[in-house]
Amino acid sequence: MHKTKLNTAVRQQVLVLYLANSALDSPVTAWARYDGAGKVRHQAGGDEEPPYATGLAALQDGWRLIQASPLINHNSGDEFRTGYFKYEFFFEKLVSKENDQLE
Amino acid sequence: MSTNKLSTHDMAIFASRGFVRLDAVVPTSLNDQFLEELERTFGVREVNGGTTVPAVPAGTEIDQALTSDQTLGQIMRLPRLKGAIESLVGPNSLLDHHFVHVLPPAADIEAAGHSANAQHLHQDSTIDVRKAFDIQLFYYPQEITQSMGGTRYLPGSHLRIVNEAAIARYQNVRGQQHVVCPAGTVFLMHHGIWHGGSINRSDRTRYLYKLRLNPTVPQVRLWDTTDLTDADSTQLPIFFVRERQDPDSVQSVLTRGEPWFEMDTGRIEFINRIHFWRRLLGDKTFDAHYWVSRLECEPINFEQSPEIPI
Repeated sequence: MHKTKLNTAVRQQVLVLYLANSALDSPVTAWARYDGAGKVRHQAGGDEEPPYATGLAALQDGWRLIQASPLINHNSGDEFRTGYFKYEFFFEKLVSKENDQLE
Repeated sequence: MSTNKLSTHDMAIFASRGFVRLDAVVPTSLNDQFLEELERTFGVREVNGGTTVPAVPAGTEIDQALTSDQTLGQIMRLPRLKGAIESLVGPNSLLDHHFVHVLPPAADIEAAGHSANAQHLHQDSTIDVRKAFDIQLFYYPQEITQSMGGTRYLPGSHLRIVNEAAIARYQNVRGQQHVVCPAGTVFLMHHGIWHGGSINRSDRTRYLYKLRLNPTVPQVRLWDTTDLTDADSTQLPIFFVRERQDPDSVQSVLTRGEPWFEMDTGRIEFINRIHFWRRLLGDKTFDAHYWVSRLECEPINFEQSPEIPI
């Protein structure tokens, strides 16, 4: 089968940071990374220290913020229930994947 | 009362962090016996014949489910382990289910053409809003080293209401722990603890026996309460404090944060722990560092005073 070499194919790297409050310059409490370029396979429990100390530090390193958790009013009767992390920020970087091939 | 039961301090740690750890509580002879049975059963990929880990109907009382002629039955009757179990879920608890997790070395998995993956973070079963709680017993019959990828768990996550693997996106959390322990160690975990299996980078298969137990009695003062004092419930100065407070007191333990706490919901965790402790104690006036008393301070009940507009 004919294969076409694409030297400048673009892939998305995704960084998810969970912060201590709604401010982007607050400390990172949890994180996840996904590499669409396939250079690294990040797995659960694989890191002990976050890649950045704050969300702002990620911005300063070139990550683009693409989604942030909204602040949601507390439903009556549900004010003291805790569950999922509240302050979730999605970032992306677009990287070129060399020697990519299409079939 | 049996001295094999948990202390008040142990229970406060359980209420606050969601687990009790008993290092090397199972003696070497029983570990070796159980491990030999496991390796015989799983090493040749035979179906479990029913003697190592018997197939038991869900909801069977633990003493009937795991009898004294079985290795597991002998382990569950070890006085210190039995005392810890009964401190949490009382006597005659029910075997919900049990399971042996068998994790070969990653190199073996990859040699077979599969990828070795860490299990996503999750909370077992499904969304659970009971006030009662189950315990999950994690028994490690062999020494677990760092490279064996012991269970990953998040202390203090047990009171969060989430639904199973909905939390899988949380790859890493500050304060997450990996079980590293001597042979014969048992963790007794609240059913709500967030956890997951890690990758086994060693050259030895890792075994974990996991048992879920449901309570049949109210979970009130089931531990050894002889060390419980009035001082544990006495209000103390807060914020502006002249004397350092005892870090091991019940109130200190219940209001100690975890590295992953958000600034606002970390305080809600304190409040939820205090309510949990009230239920364990059977005392709805208990408070720690005034977190709940402040919220209950309503001199006038507006709902029951129709002459006062609200």
